[in-house]
Parts: sequence; structure tokens; C-alpha cells
Amino acid sequence: MSEEKNLIEGRTGKWEIILGLEVHAQVISEAKLFSGASTTFGADPNSQVSLVDAAFPGMLPVINKRCVEQAVRTGLGLKAEINLKSVFDRKNYFYADLPAGYQISQYTQPIVGKGTITLDMPDGSKRHVGITRLHLEQDAGKSLHDQHPTKSYIDLNRSGIALMEIVSEPDMRSAEEAAAYLKKLRSILRYLGTCDGNMEEGSMRCDVNVSVRKLGDPLGTRCEIKNVNSIRYVQQAIEYEARRQVEIIEDGGTIRQETRLYDPGKGETRSMRSKEHAHDYRYFPDPDLLPLVLDPNWVSEIKATLPELPDEKRARFVSQYGLSDYDAGVLVGEKETAEYYEAVAKGRDAKLAANWVSSELFGQLNKAGKWITDSPVSAEALGGLIDLIADNTISGRIAKDVFAAMFETGKPAKQIVEEKGLRQVTDTGAIDAAIDDIMAKNADKVAEYRGGKDKLLGFFVGQVMKATGGKANPALLNERLKAKLAG
Amino acid sequence: MSSALPPSELTGLTIAGALDGLAKREFSAVELAQAHLKAMEKHRDLNAYVVETPDKALAMAKASDERRAKGEALGALEGVPLAIKDLFCTDGVQTTAGSHILEGFKPPYESTVTANLWQAGAVMLGKVNMDEFAMGSSNLTSHFGGVTNPWRRKGDNKRLVPGGSSGGSASAVAARMALAATGTDTGGSIRQPAAFTGIVGIKPTYGRCSRWGIVAFASSLDQAGPMARSVKDCAIMLGAMAGHDPKDSTSVDLPVPDYTRALTGDVRGLRVGIPKEYRLDGMSAEIEKLWAQGAEWLKKAGAEIKEISLPHTKYALPTYYIIAPAEASSNLARYDGVRFGLRVPGESLDDMYEKTRAEGFGKEVRRRIMIGTYVLSAGYYDAYYLKAQKLRALIARDFETAFRDVDVILTPSTPSAAFAEGENTDDPVQMYLNDVFTVTVNLAGLPGISVPAGLNAEGLPLGLQLIGRAFDEETLFRVGGVLESSASFTAKPAGY
Amino acid sequence: MSLDSKTVAHIAMLARIKVPEAELPALAKELSGIMTWIEQLNEVDTTGVEPMAGVLHRNLPQREDKVTDGGYADRILLNAPDAAHGFFTVPKVVE
Repeated sequence: MSEEKNLIEGRTGKWEIILGLEVHAQVISEAKLFSGASTTFGADPNSQVSLVDAAFPGMLPVINKRCVEQAVRTGLGLKAEINLKSVFDRKNYFYADLPAGYQISQYTQPIVGKGTITLDMPDGSKRHVGITRLHLEQDAGKSLHDQHPTKSYIDLNRSGIALMEIVSEPDMRSAEEAAAYLKKLRSILRYLGTCDGNMEEGSMRCDVNVSVRKLGDPLGTRCEIKNVNSIRYVQQAIEYEARRQVEIIEDGGTIRQETRLYDPGKGETRSMRSKEHAHDYRYFPDPDLLPLVLDPNWVSEIKATLPELPDEKRARFVSQYGLSDYDAGVLVGEKETAEYYEAVAKGRDAKLAANWVSSELFGQLNKAGKWITDSPVSAEALGGLIDLIADNTISGRIAKDVFAAMFETGKPAKQIVEEKGLRQVTDTGAIDAAIDDIMAKNADKVAEYRGGKDKLLGFFVGQVMKATGGKANPALLNERLKAKLAG
Repeated sequence: MSSALPPSELTGLTIAGALDGLAKREFSAVELAQAHLKAMEKHRDLNAYVVETPDKALAMAKASDERRAKGEALGALEGVPLAIKDLFCTDGVQTTAGSHILEGFKPPYESTVTANLWQAGAVMLGKVNMDEFAMGSSNLTSHFGGVTNPWRRKGDNKRLVPGGSSGGSASAVAARMALAATGTDTGGSIRQPAAFTGIVGIKPTYGRCSRWGIVAFASSLDQAGPMARSVKDCAIMLGAMAGHDPKDSTSVDLPVPDYTRALTGDVRGLRVGIPKEYRLDGMSAEIEKLWAQGAEWLKKAGAEIKEISLPHTKYALPTYYIIAPAEASSNLARYDGVRFGLRVPGESLDDMYEKTRAEGFGKEVRRRIMIGTYVLSAGYYDAYYLKAQKLRALIARDFETAFRDVDVILTPSTPSAAFAEGENTDDPVQMYLNDVFTVTVNLAGLPGISVPAGLNAEGLPLGLQLIGRAFDEETLFRVGGVLESSASFTAKPAGY
Repeated sequence: MSLDSKTVAHIAMLARIKVPEAELPALAKELSGIMTWIEQLNEVDTTGVEPMAGVLHRNLPQREDKVTDGGYADRILLNAPDAAHGFFTVPKVVE
């Protein structure tokens, strides 16, 4: 059931969106699924192609053990069934970037069966989305359509790279849920080290199945939006496509089951001309390969080496560090972030550490467009800053400036504090002198304050703080000021 | 070094004889190659070779002679000149699979089997003709024209087919244009032409020889094997061809025995099965007589003859004609005019594909691709492809059961002797029946050998087939050797 | 099973083999003949029979994850009917 806010308001009533996602995740491996050619991104055209990848006559596939292991690892990470026997099939169709005229894939007997992903919604709620299956298959090559007026160019470097196709149940009901699903899946894959999740480089690609129905009606006809390459586009494509379908149905039309493309420039989906042919993939077991039979002991060994995954880590952060579920969620989104946080929190105030990582650090990283692993401030350096707050060397407020300088220069906190003379003033004499000076300059306001306008306290705090260059210890300043104003 | 033997005698040698002569320095590998190159030139009218590689042959022969002169380690086929079926990819030498669609294709790689042969010291004479993509039983489907069988009917000069698909291999070996040749066998393509041309041919167990670098027809059935003029020659050559290849996931990691040691001549106590279902309605009396004769020879040599039943035999051909075209329809999808071979320009990608494939493939290949596409298509998969897979299981089970009671099975190789172009060749189903005795073996993945056993009334050779247990080629060589010596088949095609 | 011209045209499209309209009926007849012959398989009761895809009862061999191949674009493109700038080319595709 959809929440009210996720329904589309049509002319004839409210419509529910039904979404299922098929994610193609490129397996992290040195060599391709069935050949010894490299998987490195961005090489010269056709330079990372073996005779097998280019489907020369008489060439035969031999499977890469690492790719099998990665699929099993991912299946285990998705808490899914591992099928000890799986079969590789040929999916037959003609296309310019499919050299053999078939893709080696898994059809009726995939390596991984049913599993689950738990989504963390922005409002703090959780959703469970079923995983239907995960199977191993080959990637196709790449067609370039804009290099020549009458020809398309074909580069087979990507041809034969291992992909995991991860198919969800049609369990999602909004673009927001689809986005949360992709974020969570990407996070799990990165934790597992089975896919880098890089959507821009195409190592994670998403096909979205969209249909709409009136609440309580049976499922409608779906359209598949192919190869959407960012989470934002996935959301936009869903919003557009669902509305398109509602409009068609409300205008008395019917939805044609088809493959569509999302055009981010126009914010529209459109029918794919190259997929107009009725497809009949004629799947059959690849006679060049034998059934893949896994040793249950080997699967257990892989299971034993699984890292702590985001959901477990999040729960641990709540219990071990006393963080809120939300804060813990922010920190565990990426494995590197969680590791960074734990390094900062070690031996320090864990909540304070969490605040610094998720607000100041993330804020600066975002602004600079940097990834946590490229942070100019290391976990050790941030820890050093927090230590200076803890031992009253600097105030929390000054610390923010120090952090900004650390981020800019890469210098440690201590050095910046020394160089800029930002050490906190805790000397009562100096603070008293500053207070006296301000009070003398603002005799009228002192009178007003004493006449009962105690809101003016803030004004005096600000003035004195300014006079001390922000370095006065705030607690001490408050205490002395109140005493002097009281006369 | 000058040869003690005239060229015609050099081409008439067996591999074993040639190895002996080379070892004794009676002639050189270069002389042996030259004699064959001369014969190839002389018999070009047979159209057995599609590519002759004289320069390569002489260079390889010279290198072999040098190895011998220097006393280096010698291979099992040192200096032996061979013909290579045009289904084997040969580095830098045109490989077409008998098809227009691959015309001009020069593979930048060498098939594992041929590489093994060169490693064993063999010399390449050229590439031999074949039915297009190994689909045929007459060699008439080749884009490069039919091949002529060197045999003629008595008193009749009509040109006969050598069988197929390894028709060029068979003709070249029978006409003394090679000491031996490679063949491939998907439904009978080694054994049927061997029988038609009076030579020996063995299809080893599926997985024995690597399929890497052999143009695929039907991957679950294809297997390479030798074709030669004696059982022993086949044993020598198979030993060099076979072996585990990590590049082929279906190549089996088992040691290759010295097959020549299996030729003991001793079949005493061996149980030979005669499958009653192979006695076809309307089977020619000559074939039936030869079959009985074969059993008699083995019995005389001390073997025990037992009638057995292979109840699903009659379904083997229709089963094959689902499975092989299905796999072929997919295997041949790569011939699309993009990366190699023929391209016929088109207005769109699909137009280019359709024109290229219509022009590049011959009629029989197009027919089989269509059948294969149909039996795999939505709504028909279960009725045809899945049904055929189940029949295949039953056929394999028939053999498993039979091999509990017998050690080897004796059958005719073919239902008839060689025929002429125009006879028997119009109706595709009639043509498919040529493989009726051989195709079961491919479906079950077993080894089968055809040994020439006699001549029919018209003076044409006929063969007997032996079927063995998986990976028991040795028994086939042992029994084949006894059949060979019992038949003492010494007939040669006139003029060769 | 009798195949009609429409079915044959569809199969030809799937197989990407151009068949002139005029040849469809004859081809349909020929293929129907073969399919009818094939259908004798229906005589056999195959209930409960496990379909057999291949003859080897072995495990799929797996190779190590090492780069051992590729790096020879020239060899890959050597036989191409129309290569340009290191790419294969095809008539322009509109997606």
C-alpha cells in the first residue's frame, strides 16, 4: 500500500505507482567474465578485447572464478539464497555491440535467489524491498552514434565484462523509495567490494519498470526505462513516466509494453526505436559451458569473510556510541565514512565526533565536491581538533574557523591555533578588563539592563567576544559579565 | 639425400610407414611433402583442397628435417604431411568453413588441435573442402563447390560424392594427396565420408579434443578426429590431436594414452553388441551381409557376439535435427558482417545483417538456421527443444544400459555406399538419413570409428562402425585393428 | 506442424536472413516437411525425463582472475570489412 503522499492525483482519482528495478552492477575483477582481457575503464578503443570478446570463430568462454565469488558474496550480503547449481544460458539477439549475437547470461537457474534490502527513508522510517534474483552475465560493447554522419562506431572494450543483474520485486511505490533502494544497494555493494557503484562511468546502471494502477486494482502494463545513469535521473524519469501513463489511461488510451529511454535534457521518456522489434531471446543452455556447481564449504568460507554491512554497523553505532538512529544512518552510508568516523570517535566523545563528521566535515566536502577519501583533513587531524576543544584550548566556535583553515591548508589544528593565536582566553583579568571597557563605552545600555531589560545580555556578550577576537572562554565570559552587570 | 622411392610410393605410405622411412633416412620430410604437393596439383579436379600451402609445407618439412639432422627431440608426427579441414582456424591461412560468409577470413590464431599437430612435427599441405559450416553429408553444400570421390562405380565414370561434411579430408586421403587429414564430426561427418572413400576415421569421445579454434557448428556435439588410411595411423594421429585444453571448458582433463599400444590384435573374451534397432527396414542386403561378416570376423578372433537393444535409435535423427540446428542458429549469429568476413552494405543495421546473411550463407545453412531459430522460439521451445533434450537423455541411457552387457558395439557406418550428385540429394530429409547409424554416437558423446571392410557389388567401399564407452578409444582401436586385418582391405581407387 | 509464410517471415527476421516475399511459400513448405518428420518425437512419452543439455558430467572449470589476453586492437580489427579510427563500424543506429 502506498502512502497518501505518494499517490498521483489524476482527473479520475488517485493512482498508485508500482516500481521494480533491475540494476546492472559491474563486478570488480581484473579480467572479464569469460576471457582474460582487462576490465580497466577508459582504454583506447578495442584495446582490451580478446578474440573471445570479439566472438571470433571457434572462440570459447572460460569462467573467471573471482566473478563467481563476487556474485556469491553479493548474494550473501543481500541475505539471499545461494543456488549451489546454476546454469549459463545464451540470450540471443542481434545488435551492433553484441559480437556473438548472444549474451551469456543466466535465465531459469540464476546463481542467487530471493533476498531482501531494507530501505532507510529520509523521514527515518524503514521499508523492505524483495530481491527476486541476482545473476551473472556479460556486458555488451559500446556504440558511439555521434562520431560519423552515417555510421555508428563500435568499441568492444566493455564487451564481456562481468555484470551482476540484480532484480527487485515490484515493491516500490515512489521515486523516493526507488532512490533509497539504489542508495542502499550501492552502499551494500561498496561495503562488499563487489561493485564500485559508479553510475557516471556506467559501472552501475539501472532499468526501471514503471506501471500505474488505481488503488486496489491489479497491476497495470509496465514500461521499462532503460539504462538510467544517476539516482536523480531515476527519480525524474519515474515522476515523468508515471504521469505520462496516468494521462494516457485517463484519456481513454492503453499503455503499450515497451522499452523507453530517459532524456535528461528534456526531462522526458521516449520510446526506443532500436527496441521496436518484438523480442524473442530464444534462451537455451550455453553448450560451451557446463552447469556451475558450488561447493557449500566454499560458500561458507566467503560468508565468514563478509564485512560488517550498513544495517549492522548502524545498529552498532547506536548501541556502542549512543548515536541517534538517524545520525548513525548518515555515518554508515559509505564504508569509508563509517571508518573515518570510528577513527575520530576512538577515545573521544563519540557524539561530539559524530557532529563534527556529519555536519562540518560533510559540509566542507560537499562544498568542495570532494569524496571522503580525498579529504584534506584526516581522521587523525579532526581528532586533534576535537581534543583541543575538550581540553579548553579553543572554544567550539573558534574550532569551526580552525577547521575551515585545516580544510584549506591541510595543517594540523594545533599549528593553526598557534599561528593565528586562537588559544582561548581563560585569564579572568583580561576578560574583566574587556568587560569594563565595553561597559564604559555603553553606559546607557548598562543602565537599561539594570532597569530590567535583561535581553541586552546578548549584546554585551557579543561585544566582549568581538573585543577578544572571539577567543574568550564563553562560560567564563558569561559568568564575569553577569556579575559585573549586576553591579 | 636422394629418395629411394618414387613419389607415387611416397604418397602411398601409411603414417607409420612414412615415420619409419624418415627415421631410416630413406627420404626426407621435404621429399615427402613435395611428392604430396605434386599429387595435389595433379588431382585438383577432385576439388579437395580449397587452399594449398606449398610454401608453408616446404618450410615446415625443412624445419622437421633439420630437427632430425640435429638429433633434436622428435614429435609423434615428425615430418608427416597432413590436410586440414577448413573448419580449423589456421594462423594467417584463410579459413572459411566452406562458406562465402567467411571468404577471405585469415584467423590471427591457430586452433588447439592443429597447434598440437604442428607441435608434434606434422607438416601442413593446405586446407580441405567441406560442407558449409559442416552441414551436409555430400560436400555439395560447400561454397567452393563439391568434392569428387576418387572412387568410381565399376564400368561407370559418374562422379560420386565423398560424403560429408569432411568430404575434402576423405577425398584427399583416399586419393593419396595427404597421408592423413583432420576431420570433425557432429553427426557422422568423419565416419560417413571415411566409409564412402575406403579410409579409417574416428570421432573420439566428446571432450577428448579441444574445440578451441574450430569453427563451431553444434557445440554440444562437435568433435575433431583423424582420418587416415589405417587404424594405426588414426591411433598415432589422435594421440597428437587429443589432450586437455584449459581454453575449452568442455575439454576433459584426462591423460591421453598411447593409442598405438591398444592395437594388440587380441579381442578374446570381448563382448560385442549388435543393436537390433540398426537393422533398418529396406536395408540393403550388401550392408547387412557386411555387418554379419564383421561380427563373424570378431567371433572368429575370440570375441563374444551379443544382440543388444538401443530402443530409441529411430528418434536419434529427428532429435539431432532439433539440437544441432538450435545450437547452430546461435553459433552462426556472429557472422554479421561487422568484424570479419563478408559484408553486404545495407541502409540500416538490420538491413545490412539480413543482406549479408542471406548472401553469405548457402541454402542448407539458411535452412538449418531457420529450423534452429524456430525450435527455440517462444511457444515452441518446450515442444521441440526441450523434447529433444529429453530424447537425447533417453538415447544416452540406451547406451549406458547396453554397455553394462557389452564392451563395444558393431554397426554399419552408413546405410549405403557413395552416391552421385543428383541421387539422393534433393530431399533434405532423405539426405539427413545418411547419418542414421552415426548420429546416436554424437548425441551420447561416445567415440565411434569407421573401418573400411569391403566393397559393394559396384566396387565401392563400405565401412563398419564400432562404438565404445566414453573415453575408451583404445577398445575401438583394438577391435578396429582386428576388423582391418580380417577384412584385409587393400582396394584402392583406380588411378591414385 | 505446418508453418505458414507469416511464421517463416518472422523466423527469418529473428535470424536476420533476408527472404524475398516470393520465396516464403516454398520455404514454408520445405520447413513444414522437415518439422513434420521431426514430430515423430511426439510418439515418445518423456514424462519425468531430465532434459540433457550436454554429455559431460563434470564441474565447470574456473580460471584465475588474471589479465592474460587482449592488448591487440590491430589483430581484432585486421579482418574487419570497414574499421575506422580503431572502431568497427555499422550503419548508423538511432536509439
